Amino acid sequence: MISSNLSAIFYLVSGILFILALRGLSSPDTSRQGNYFGIAGMIIAIVVTFLSIGNFSTSLIYVIIFLVIGGAIGAFIAFRIPMTAMPELVAGFHSLVGLAAVFVAIAAFLNPESFNLGKIGDIKLASLIEMSIGAAVGAITFSGSIIAFLKLRGIMSGAPITFSGQHILNLFLGISIFVLIFYLCKTQSSNIFWTVILISFLVGVLLIIPIGGADMPVVISMLNSYSGWAAAGIGFTLENTALIITGALVGSSGAILSYIMCKAMNRSFASVILGGFGAESSADEIKQKKDQKPVKSGNAEDAAFLMKNASSVIIVPGYGMAVAQAQHALREMVDKLKKNDIKVTYAIHPVAGRMPGHMNVLLAEANVPYDEVFELEDINNDFANSDVAFVIGANDVTNPVAKTDPKSPIFGMPVLDVEKCKSVLFVKRSLSPGYAGIDNELFYKDNTLMLFADAKKMTEDIVKNLD
Amino acid sequence: MEIDPFIFRLSIFILSIFIGYYVVWSVTPSLHTPLMSVTNAISSVIIVGAIIAALAGVADSVFTISSIFGFVAIVLAAINIFGGFLVTQRMLQMYKKKKDKKK
Repeated sequence: MISSNLSAIFYLVSGILFILALRGLSSPDTSRQGNYFGIAGMIIAIVVTFLSIGNFSTSLIYVIIFLVIGGAIGAFIAFRIPMTAMPELVAGFHSLVGLAAVFVAIAAFLNPESFNLGKIGDIKLASLIEMSIGAAVGAITFSGSIIAFLKLRGIMSGAPITFSGQHILNLFLGISIFVLIFYLCKTQSSNIFWTVILISFLVGVLLIIPIGGADMPVVISMLNSYSGWAAAGIGFTLENTALIITGALVGSSGAILSYIMCKAMNRSFASVILGGFGAESSADEIKQKKDQKPVKSGNAEDAAFLMKNASSVIIVPGYGMAVAQAQHALREMVDKLKKNDIKVTYAIHPVAGRMPGHMNVLLAEANVPYDEVFELEDINNDFANSDVAFVIGANDVTNPVAKTDPKSPIFGMPVLDVEKCKSVLFVKRSLSPGYAGIDNELFYKDNTLMLFADAKKMTEDIVKNLD
Repeated sequence: MEIDPFIFRLSIFILSIFIGYYVVWSVTPSLHTPLMSVTNAISSVIIVGAIIAALAGVADSVFTISSIFGFVAIVLAAINIFGGFLVTQRMLQMYKKKKDKKK
């Protein structure tokens, strides 16, 4: 058994290692080392916890058994999960952090002595507030992430679910959580504690159902942030520095990512949370427009011809590429182009895909070197000097309407200047609008050639035609 | 007058938010997905609370209501720790620079 001062220092060390883990991610070169720092920090925290309790009874055996069970499940998932399913996986993991926070808070409430928090019915006031906040945020994270998971997995429709009075109901429930925590502190009643948790579960569900599929990058980042705040809340309860530091890190990380995602969509955080975006797509209006404007469409042969005669090609991937699992075929196509001395780069919009950095991971999986992949602001000027833009599975992030039409819902959103290329190849299954429910003007430009097909199939066909 | 230890923890918390703010802004956008999976893994350090809860039982009654919650939380957090770190490792393994041995 080690003294609590010594263990506090070790917890601090593991907190610092976690900071270094995130720091490593500033470049792919240092990122792997960063991950080892994170693992080291975790091992230190766990070992120190065992040593500081010094209870080596039968309980310890069970703890290790459960640790191994969980670890095996986690490892199995980590090795088996396809990279296209990363958004669901991350949402699922968030829900586990949330639920673990709830359970730890419950355990602390039921057995405060073992946590040094006082006695049942007489828990220290500060601890009671901290654990109920930790439990409430954890519960919101859990149920919210479950909904996000179901939507991303396609088990639940990605369409926003709205009903009248929704926001007022949420507000009411939110306030009632605080009121109940106040009474919990006065009465120490376990019934109130359970009610707080139940209401929080409900709030989590209600908070996420009105948010549409395309706003998922924001939702995932937001839930990431919540899982951090929940951990921090529990950290205060347990008076554990490692947990407080980590909670703060994760909380601010998620908040920053949400901010970046909102900015990339030119939406306010409030409007994402209130939800309903993309629900009222005026399908009729779009149909009318479609009839009026001519669209040039081509086949794989045309596309191959265009690209073969180009000297530079920019690839613009989007969520459609992930859905069609087209990244490997795409890479094959690019290899062929490179053999013909054609310069190929990739342009990635911050909200392409269903989570931050989604496209980068998929391209990395397909062995695309990361120094050929560029972010929006780094590559946007290059479109004007390039011959072909190959848009695969992206839509709204290329819509020039965001720059020209102040009435458009996506007006002001930073978009890729694809239309400045000499010609644009647009792989898409149909002319249907993207998540914003608006028509893409790019379809009707003279220099656009639509390739109507599944992204993977079309790319494979182009590869054949490039020989 | 003595300062409440809570204030010290609050100070750590707030300073860490600032550290997090600057560290996360320096994360390159192409690594945002690994960032999310690794933050997932590290926030599961909540397992220390689960271990304390689980070990609170005494030899003759390993499973009390509160320790059962602890045990379940251990499983949940362990899934996250192993899953989070390993999937991050798997992703980071894939990020490669252009090789010189081109064609």
